[in-house]
Amino acid sequence: METAVVPEVATKTVPIFVMGKKYEVPDTLTIMKALEYAGYQYIRGCGCRGGICGACATVYRKAGDYKIYTGLACQTVVEPEMYLAQIPFYPANRASYDFEEIEATPESIFKLYPELFRCVACNACSKVCPMDVEVLDYVSALKRGDIKAAAEISFDCIQCGLCTSRCMGEMAQYHIAQLARRLYGGKLAPKAEHLQKMCDDIEAGAFDEELAKLKTLGVDDMKKIYTEREMEPAMSDESWKPASSAGLA
Amino acid sequence: MRIAYYPGCTMKTRAASLELAAVEALNVLGVEFTELERWNCCGAVFSLAEDDLIHHVAPVRNLVRAQQEGCDTVVTICSQCYNTLARANLLVRGDQEKLETINRFMDEEPDYEGGIEVIHYLTLLRDHVGWDALKAKVVRPLDGLKVAPFYGCTLLRPDEVSIDPLHEGVLEQFLLALGAEPVAHSAATECCGSYQMLAHPEEGMQRAAKVIGSANHAGAEALVLSCPLCEYNLGTRQSDVVAMGGELKPVPTLYFTQLLGIALGLEPDLYRLDLAGPEARDLLVEKNFVAAATV
Repeated sequence: METAVVPEVATKTVPIFVMGKKYEVPDTLTIMKALEYAGYQYIRGCGCRGGICGACATVYRKAGDYKIYTGLACQTVVEPEMYLAQIPFYPANRASYDFEEIEATPESIFKLYPELFRCVACNACSKVCPMDVEVLDYVSALKRGDIKAAAEISFDCIQCGLCTSRCMGEMAQYHIAQLARRLYGGKLAPKAEHLQKMCDDIEAGAFDEELAKLKTLGVDDMKKIYTEREMEPAMSDESWKPASSAGLA
Repeated sequence: MRIAYYPGCTMKTRAASLELAAVEALNVLGVEFTELERWNCCGAVFSLAEDDLIHHVAPVRNLVRAQQEGCDTVVTICSQCYNTLARANLLVRGDQEKLETINRFMDEEPDYEGGIEVIHYLTLLRDHVGWDALKAKVVRPLDGLKVAPFYGCTLLRPDEVSIDPLHEGVLEQFLLALGAEPVAHSAATECCGSYQMLAHPEEGMQRAAKVIGSANHAGAEALVLSCPLCEYNLGTRQSDVVAMGGELKPVPTLYFTQLLGIALGLEPDLYRLDLAGPEARDLLVEKNFVAAATV
């Protein structure tokens, strides 16, 4: 007789301290679920639950260890004797600017965020970043006017604000990095000319006829066309061409 | 000797004309070096509050970067970066306790072991290339160009980090190697006005006026600089200084590395005369050191 294999999960609990109060929670939970297990209800400080929105930044310490640890509550599994608090929001001023008007130059950034030059390279920002962004490196890149490097180094930033909470120079690094990424993406990075051409072709009606034909088809015909469509084989190189160019501009 | 080149922020923005020719010149002169990939601001000004260690973290972190690259020497072109890095290095090398405190604070980095020498570009030319070797590579000697060398403060003070401790005239010797004629003038080692130009403009302008007057008096055709801050005060702001009255006459300003680039026959886009004033460009064209079409 077949027996279903059910993985045995040890339901061990561990003690954690939430804002100073002790709770016993299952050791398999994330900080976020542990807080809910303990009876807290999220009103702020909980966003996507998928580790990408940056809303649930958490600061914690471990017994007998001087280091400050950080993580996203939705991604970090609880540890015994963890002392934690969530930082759902940390004040951070964002400069206002008209993106159309602003020039993509280092001086534009310096003017909007002069506090950039208060950095003393203490690196507390990089040390707390739950995304392992080298915050000091992008701040340094901006001070030397390298907007591209700043945009690339800060790419993984999820704007949780932990860097800002620790900055000796009292700047809001992540807002400055966002401006750098906007300037780079919008004004400095080379434009994808083939994309613009495709958009122009679409607007000029290159696909109107194909589309009109599709609109006359019934569901079954549509399904047939969809399932029988020619697909580019995985790992094919740039020289691959479809057998039929029907429908291509 | 494994050399790490530390650029500094201004070199990558406003002072490209100080950097580019100097870097290429090292290739021409056969000096092997690595430009640091990872670095932060040098700290800009050496903090005189020596027990306020947080302000020495920035320069020491850069020394750690050079150490991580397996280098034993850091060379800078900007004299302000030179001063800040060299003095922070002296401070922590001479005080084990301060070094340990900084190392403990930067616990995410390897400890700085104190093994890096910080030198200025002119020191590298003098001690490791040699004036004769430099002279041998000159393809366009700057014959008859009367230049007032300007050291400012940070290449020479304090004594412990002076690039010219024996007062042999390192900048003068450099100019001679390029074929130029250095002229002696009384304000060569004075302050350019430094940050006072913005904080206390009147005092700053007075300092700058003294330097420009001194170069005028010595009959200099150009004033040669090694620092972007000196360039701001004596070059960018020169028209304001001259307009104060007195008997000041405009004098073109150039970075020593621009002259180096011209003398070594480098491409014009490396010595960037477009970033110098029109008077400097006119002078070099008139003297036939550069072709009018390239400036």
